[in-house]
Amino acid sequence: MKFKEILSLFNIAGQCRKYGLSLWQCPQFLFLVMGIIIIASSLITYGIGNRYIEDPSLVALLVMFITAILFIIAFIITQSFEKLAEANRMKSEFVSIVSHQLRSPLSNLKWVIEFLMSGRIASVTEKQLEYLKILKENNKRMEDLVSDLLIVSRIEQGHLPLKKEKISLEDLIEKIIREMGIFAKASNVEINFKTERNLPQIISDPFQIKLVIENLLDNAIRYIKGKGRVVIKLEKRKESLYFEIKDNGVGIPKSDQKYLFQRFFRSANVLKQQTEGSGLGLYITKSIIEKSGGKIGFQSQEGVGSTFWFELPIKW
Amino acid sequence: MKRILFIEDESAIQKTFGEVLSQEGYEIISALDGEIGLRLAKTKKPDLILLDLILPKMNGFDVLKHLKEDQETKDIPVIVLTNLEGIKDVDAVLQMGAKTYLVKTQYTLEEVVEKIKKTLQP
Repeated sequence: MKFKEILSLFNIAGQCRKYGLSLWQCPQFLFLVMGIIIIASSLITYGIGNRYIEDPSLVALLVMFITAILFIIAFIITQSFEKLAEANRMKSEFVSIVSHQLRSPLSNLKWVIEFLMSGRIASVTEKQLEYLKILKENNKRMEDLVSDLLIVSRIEQGHLPLKKEKISLEDLIEKIIREMGIFAKASNVEINFKTERNLPQIISDPFQIKLVIENLLDNAIRYIKGKGRVVIKLEKRKESLYFEIKDNGVGIPKSDQKYLFQRFFRSANVLKQQTEGSGLGLYITKSIIEKSGGKIGFQSQEGVGSTFWFELPIKW
Repeated sequence: MKRILFIEDESAIQKTFGEVLSQEGYEIISALDGEIGLRLAKTKKPDLILLDLILPKMNGFDVLKHLKEDQETKDIPVIVLTNLEGIKDVDAVLQMGAKTYLVKTQYTLEEVVEKIKKTLQP
């Protein structure tokens, strides 16, 4: 831990601001107050008891009185914790409800657009089709965002459901590469997949792990300028499988690297050229890998490219 | 002509699917809430039921439960078409006897139509 980080631990007002709570509702501040009171009261009790009071039962009474005060303060602190937890729960619930409510109109819209595009009502001109495609793409963007928000709210509520099934990462990766082939080709990106032979199956959630690999591959392709190459590697390492994806994309500036897995974080160099993206993908990716008993990380150099990796235990 | 009962409270989806499925040569009966849906399932004897889970008056889980408990309706195949995608919901519905579980956002219109056609094939 750097000196600056240690110092920031003592910046209580700053930490309280982060929760959006007043100083007297902020747990850090209240703990500090309680600490000061405990130290002060012990000293005072000792001092008074030593100097003025001969009767030890009186000293005991005094200590009891001070303890009562400390109890009241402790009560306030627990209440403030409850308020924090409640606020957090309400936020997650709010996101979850709003996302669910948004889903219905979005799927209605999607199917109506598809219906129009199918030419089932009347034939569609090329120009009309072009605009219908724009509608469909933007609808898809909203659907993806809502879906990401729902996953984040589940992660935060500790409700992210993870199945335990036998999966072949190799087959899963090949399937994803096939599915994203059109996107890669349109982006002028070549995908290479190098894998060891006879890799064991792992126990994990196929749907969530697919989401992780899709996120990483989508990022790798998306942030390559011009012609590019993505190399995916899969190998066995002791009791786990190691996955690596390397691109020659724009890379991540050093100053942004520590924030990369945070919610809603988007790197400045990416924002300049890309408006799409919620900043939730890597947060979700990391949460899924960690909840599946694995590890995730990356190395990156701006202008050269990035390498993301994760390791998942074979037995979980 | 095969008959499909569509229990769904979103009129936009009712309209779109109604149109597409009648183009495909099916007869569509619409129900906008669970109670009407259950009643129509008993009186109209459809060949297939498309069922949403979040419904007014009686939710889709209860509708499915009643359908599967009734001798007259228990053999009608049910395709659940919904935006609920929790593992618990999927498992519960499949265990209760639904044939397929489709999450609305994950399927295109044509894919849903294909699933319906496949289920109705003799």
